[in-house]
Amino acid sequence: MNFPFHDGSCGHSCCLRVENLSVRIGADAILKDVNLHVHCGEMVALIGPNGAGKSTFLKAVLGQQEYSGVIAFSTPGQRSKKPRIGYVPQSPAFDPSDPVSVADLFACCMSKRPAFLGLGKAMEETVLECLERVHGEDLIHKRVGTLSGGELQRVLLALALEPLPNILILDEPLSGVDVEGMAVLMDMLDEIRKTYDLSILMTTHDFSMLPRYADQVVLIDHALLIQGTPEAVLNSPEFHRVFHMKGGSL
Amino acid sequence: MSLWHAFCDMLPFEMLHWDFMKNALLALLIMGPLFGILSTMIVTGRMSFFSDALGHSAFTGIAIGVICGMSFPTLGAVAFSVAFALLFSWVRSRSNQAADTLIGVFSSSAVALGIFAATLGGGSFTKYNQYLIGDILSVTPGQIGLLALVLLAVLIFWVLYSNRLTLTAIHPQLASSRGIPVGLSQTLFITAIAVVVTLSISSVGLLILNSLLVLPAAAARNIARNLRQYHLFSVLFATAAGLGGLVVSYWLGSSAGAAISLILAGIFAVTFCFRERRR
Repeated sequence: MNFPFHDGSCGHSCCLRVENLSVRIGADAILKDVNLHVHCGEMVALIGPNGAGKSTFLKAVLGQQEYSGVIAFSTPGQRSKKPRIGYVPQSPAFDPSDPVSVADLFACCMSKRPAFLGLGKAMEETVLECLERVHGEDLIHKRVGTLSGGELQRVLLALALEPLPNILILDEPLSGVDVEGMAVLMDMLDEIRKTYDLSILMTTHDFSMLPRYADQVVLIDHALLIQGTPEAVLNSPEFHRVFHMKGGSL
Repeated sequence: MSLWHAFCDMLPFEMLHWDFMKNALLALLIMGPLFGILSTMIVTGRMSFFSDALGHSAFTGIAIGVICGMSFPTLGAVAFSVAFALLFSWVRSRSNQAADTLIGVFSSSAVALGIFAATLGGGSFTKYNQYLIGDILSVTPGQIGLLALVLLAVLIFWVLYSNRLTLTAIHPQLASSRGIPVGLSQTLFITAIAVVVTLSISSVGLLILNSLLVLPAAAARNIARNLRQYHLFSVLFATAAGLGGLVVSYWLGSSAGAAISLILAGIFAVTFCFRERRR
């Protein structure tokens, strides 16, 4: 996939370009002058303490939060046209008592036919194809509220990949997932990124996975403190100041 | 209606010899699917308490309509309920208070305003009892026609919007990321609920209305595994309770509305036990 370069760019093909992003909610400045380029095919991890503005940043990129500054996307062949964003929200967020199966969730997102009338054969096959991408075909008839943390992340990931997005955004995909599940999920994300040449932007509190999987790590605490390779950021004075002096932990 | 009456005459049931029983039976056969379907989304969207508050606001609208000398106070009630629902929606989107707190504020204000309006200048409250308790046995052919129209409108609305409403109810952020206008969907749904509740209240009363808007779906959730079963069980429970309640009230001489509500409570209890065993 060839992506056009932005004028005055950082020298890379940028899938997402954020410049001077500021968000105010009431009198509070949640984000101030954040600049970030997500290069095509890169996995970028956004880290920071609780309340640093990570989720607000994602909401602004998703168009769910008012902001000032520039958020621009590159889509194949056309610059800054409306992009397809695959979004995996933070879990757990589904009520265990909701009688909504995984198949129902896909139908509600993708089909015009009302889900309460049943899926239909064609839709069921489409859902199975989507779940295959995350090795989750056996989850199709399970209720979404009863899925484990890892299973739910895989289902939401499969949903975010249909239709295939230009950029994949994940909000704390590793929270609520056990150590074994984390490795499985990160391997899967890495495979998907390479297979579909996707850019991935994710927030996380789990830093142990970053050196192996992330191309770029961005540390924010209302403003961008430092960005660079995982090793550079995790060994930086800014990282230690934010997570050690403020009581955070690795 | 005459066709329906002729059909009932062919059935070997003594209770259907009475015209008011034939009317009530038809009304309940319409109300089963109507409220069975609506209750699924009310419960999924955690709006049980809100639908209850809407019933009270409908009553207030009727009282204000009567005070203003309207010949058809239900129209005034629809306008009041829609305004009530939209105002609530607006306040909720701009307040950081919990939804149940805001519903409590709106509900008690609506009830107080209704009683204040109804008793203004020493007026009697008794003429409004039909709206509070209701009597399915006194339902008229005109009211049955209105319920049938409401059912038709709800079915069309459901086919067009239920996927979006469901996604909005179970995960607003995911819905928004899929391009669904969440705020508009929620406003559209509560407006629809306001209209249905208000149009139905004069036929069936507040007591049975609130039971039918919550209990069928609450019972269905105990045993349903997907949206199709959820809707199917909810409609079945609402219809079965309606018919059962009518029979019980005929043989025992009790209020039909109360009998229907109690049967629904019984169904909830049975399905609850079944859910416990399944786990």
